[in-house]
Amino acid sequence: MKQHEEYIRKLDLIAVKIRKHIIEMLYRAKSGHPGGSLSAVEAIVTLYFHHMKHDPKNPTDPNRDRFVLSKGHAAPTLYAALAECGYFDVKELLHLRQINCMLQGHPVRTHIPGVEASTGSLGHGLSFANGIAMAGKLDKKDYRVYVMVGDGETNEGQIWEAAAAASHYKLDNLTALIDRNFLQIDGNTEEVLRLESVRDRWSAFGWYVLEVNGHDIEEIIDALLIASEQKNQPTMIILNTVKGKGISFMENNIDFHGVPPNEMEYNLAMKELDTVQKALEASL
Amino acid sequence: MNKKMMANPRDAYGETLMELGGKNHDIVVLDADLSKSTKTILFAKKYPERFFEMGIAEANMISTAAGFASCGKIPFASSFAVFATGRVYDQIRIDVAYSKSNVKIFATHGGISVGKDGASHQMIEDLTLMRVLPNMTVLAPSDAAQTRRIVELMAATEGPMYARIGRANASVLYKKEDLKDLKIGEGIIVKDGSDVSIIACGTMVNQAVDAHEKLLQDGVSARVVDMHTIKPLDERLVTKCARETNTILTVEEHSVIGGLGGAVSEVLAESGSSTKFKRMGVQDMFCESGEPEELFEKYGLSTSHIVNNVKKLIR
Repeated sequence: MKQHEEYIRKLDLIAVKIRKHIIEMLYRAKSGHPGGSLSAVEAIVTLYFHHMKHDPKNPTDPNRDRFVLSKGHAAPTLYAALAECGYFDVKELLHLRQINCMLQGHPVRTHIPGVEASTGSLGHGLSFANGIAMAGKLDKKDYRVYVMVGDGETNEGQIWEAAAAASHYKLDNLTALIDRNFLQIDGNTEEVLRLESVRDRWSAFGWYVLEVNGHDIEEIIDALLIASEQKNQPTMIILNTVKGKGISFMENNIDFHGVPPNEMEYNLAMKELDTVQKALEASL
Repeated sequence: MNKKMMANPRDAYGETLMELGGKNHDIVVLDADLSKSTKTILFAKKYPERFFEMGIAEANMISTAAGFASCGKIPFASSFAVFATGRVYDQIRIDVAYSKSNVKIFATHGGISVGKDGASHQMIEDLTLMRVLPNMTVLAPSDAAQTRRIVELMAATEGPMYARIGRANASVLYKKEDLKDLKIGEGIIVKDGSDVSIIACGTMVNQAVDAHEKLLQDGVSARVVDMHTIKPLDERLVTKCARETNTILTVEEHSVIGGLGGAVSEVLAESGSSTKFKRMGVQDMFCESGEPEELFEKYGLSTSHIVNNVKKLIR
């Protein structure tokens, strides 16, 4: 039991590290999307550092599990996770969004080891993930496909085309995760274009739906496991999250959707993350 | 004029896919509720496990095809040209072109000869839309035999590709052996001539060949080029035509803006050529319902329009 708690705390510690990378990257890039990057951290950490079958030394292994970041503006989180896994040098993170550098503002599959799909234009990633899952079934491979969509992203009609197709084709090798942080650029998701009931909508499209605290790694681990045991239907995991999670003044603050921290905010954010990191380290 | 043999390029597409399916097990086919019209149904019947009916959801079809390609599959995604390009431009842009995905978008029912369905279904912008995308190869085969060969080459050549054919039967231009050396990016001189070069693509190559015969009777020697590849354009052949005939007429069942005529005019303008030049195609307008022949007549794409334009140009 103690061992298990320690294991989870180690993953929490990775999550803090990823958050520090995100703040550093966005501060240096002087642009990018803090809010939706921070809300996605625990799910991405759980996938890359616990759940998925993948090998950074062999990023094109045909049998690897795949992760598609459909909400491409959370690229910093994906990049930081890939770098920490060893897909590329962590130093690359310091050159996010800079000319002549690898890490583009949004993920590109042709440039960046470990990136499965080019995203950024919202609504495509679930369809792309469906294609991978359908190819896996055709080839009788046992890899799994994971895709993260933003909650605001599900305004896009293509998401619902893909939702219908995934259940029609019984893609039980596909797990989607929705980053339910309730905020999109123009405001609260329920005021911009109502999404509730998210659970009922996906359920009506033929998906198995799970709901977890999207910042609780233990809950995410369990949900991913349950999802991988489902037969004949895809699973949607609703990650109840907080936009800007982990930085007090960014939490639930829509001003940080697409605005990077200034110097003062950067220092404050790093200080907060340092405190959390030290507490976690002390507990190990 | 002797009566021409006819064959349908759509049948050629479906049959070729079916044949290739037996040889190359990486080929998968996606369609959006039009498989009876695009003829992908022939593949579907023979290889049901590799055929994916995507329903009336073209955006999802294109991105899904890209997902397949990322796993080493060779997806052919088919629909009518209107739905296979304009409707899904963003999906093609990001998931296919930007991602350099090995996706083959094969559209039928291109151009105004779709006929009675009217302007909503008459795609006259697709060549432009696809040509402007980096990494994209753009093809418009002219007859059934060439369609067959182009489909084979698409399957065998890595990279994002778009091809469009028309709905109707097309006169037979080629025998199978004529096409064994066909290359993507190399136009074909179908008829040689010295007074003018008529550079045409797709359905209009036949009209150009008819025009060649009529012009011969009037003592005009017209070269006809089948420019089946719009991108990458055979620039060498364009400049050769400019040099040797000093007069070029482009003909396409497409808007005059940005397609074959656009591509040829860019080459000519930048080469500093003083070639006499005209683009034939649909002017900057939407057309209407009608029989294909009526539409060609009204919107300036009949054989006699080609003949008249040539005569005006060389005067």
